[in-house]
Amino acid sequence: MPAAFEGETVTRRRLFTGGALAAGGVASAAFGLPALGFAVGPMFEDETPDRFQDVGPEADFNPQTYVSKVITLVARDVGEAGKTTIYVRRSDPERDRDKLEQPYVAISTRCTHVGCPVRYVQASERFICPCHGGVYGFDGKVEGGPPVRPLDRFEAKVENGRVLVGTRFSLNSKLDRHAPRDPSNHLDGLWQYLYPPRPTT
Amino acid sequence: MNFLPRTKRRPGNGNGQDLDGDVETNGHGNGPVEIPGALRRGPGRTGNGNGDGHGNGDGNGNGKAGTGLIDREALKHGATEVPITVAGWLDERTGGSSTARAILYRKVPKHDWSYTLGSAALFAFVAQAVTGVFLAMYYDPSATRAYESVQHLTNDVFLGELVRGMHRWGATVMIVLIFLHMGQTFFYGAYKYPRELNWVIGVVLLVLTLAMGFTGYLLPFDQRSFWATVVGVNINASGPIMGPYLADFLRGGAEFGAATLSRFYAIHMLLIPGMLAALIGAHLYLVIRLGTSSPPWTRAVKKRSYAHEEI
Repeated sequence: MPAAFEGETVTRRRLFTGGALAAGGVASAAFGLPALGFAVGPMFEDETPDRFQDVGPEADFNPQTYVSKVITLVARDVGEAGKTTIYVRRSDPERDRDKLEQPYVAISTRCTHVGCPVRYVQASERFICPCHGGVYGFDGKVEGGPPVRPLDRFEAKVENGRVLVGTRFSLNSKLDRHAPRDPSNHLDGLWQYLYPPRPTT
Repeated sequence: MNFLPRTKRRPGNGNGQDLDGDVETNGHGNGPVEIPGALRRGPGRTGNGNGDGHGNGDGNGNGKAGTGLIDREALKHGATEVPITVAGWLDERTGGSSTARAILYRKVPKHDWSYTLGSAALFAFVAQAVTGVFLAMYYDPSATRAYESVQHLTNDVFLGELVRGMHRWGATVMIVLIFLHMGQTFFYGAYKYPRELNWVIGVVLLVLTLAMGFTGYLLPFDQRSFWATVVGVNINASGPIMGPYLADFLRGGAEFGAATLSRFYAIHMLLIPGMLAALIGAHLYLVIRLGTSSPPWTRAVKKRSYAHEEI
């Protein structure tokens, strides 16, 4: 090694160069890593309120048609932007042959294509998305257009004669329950393995 | 600005870093110090590695070794003849005039008006930066106040509609200019050796500019921008494996919330502009260093006309 004394494996200069680089790296990481964690932290936080919201008395709903209700998805600091419309009806054992065991069907209006709000049309008993022509049947299954899975639903239960709506869950084409996914994320076939659930779910 | 006598500069000795660079003295106030013989400059050295004439010869005790002796009388004379202008004062301290000469008077090959598209895109960026800064003075990036603050700055603030309009339409103009600039570079073959890296930087600049468009679109926070951003984020979510994480990062959580708007605002006005400015600097540096290429239909000029031109 040039510039080294006999038997020396690391020159003084190389040692100090490495030391300076290491000190700089530690100093950079000391502020860089917390800042990065601060920026990506919300990805790993469970923000969804673990609570049920009252959407009205049981008498408001029936098994034949959907009633639109407004619930709050994000309560903090967003005002109207944190609210969303959902469609609610009473479950019909004749029609709903799923394993979800929900007394009420609370369907999200978030299209599973790219998230536009769908509208329920009673005349055709279908949900229609205005953006790219997604069409869903009465139970939220895809009947046409680009959506990749049925419309999401919310947990529902009845307490003291009031219908309560909880957190979101997603469904595959057989109406099996899955952790909530973003729109555009498949839940069927091999595709489902490409879209992991959120770390907190 | 040639008020100091020029000394002969040896090739390769222009930046003051010699083989003995780590023991080099700059001559300031170290006159009485006896320099060991091993560290002394060898004969024939002018001792002027700095190129700007000061900081050598005045007292490092080896003046006799150099052939290019500093004429002290001339130095004194020069010091009294310093031009008393702001430009001269600045130039003496920064050497800016030589840099400006190198940039502004560099030789360029035969070209046409399409070579101005890059400057036009640069001007569009500067216009966006200036109008954006002024819009930020009135804009409030809170989800409950954003829409009202945009309405206020558009309808109530003096010239607000004009400044917002410049920013809004300038964004489109900038995208168009960048694509024209890219097309010109492509069709003229100007991306070829040795300018490939500049093409790569340009592609990054294009992507960053599109990201500016995406993040800026949300800020008025009306129905159109809200739903466009919902769709845009969910398109990001459609990417396999990383898509859902990217969407979570953009939204700042599982649902579109207050964090989303402030996050987009920070990305739009701090993160990406900084990256854009830095990369534009690198882009321009490479243009100046490498020069521009001539249009593909021009004939090769004789080498001589370039080789003996001095910048």
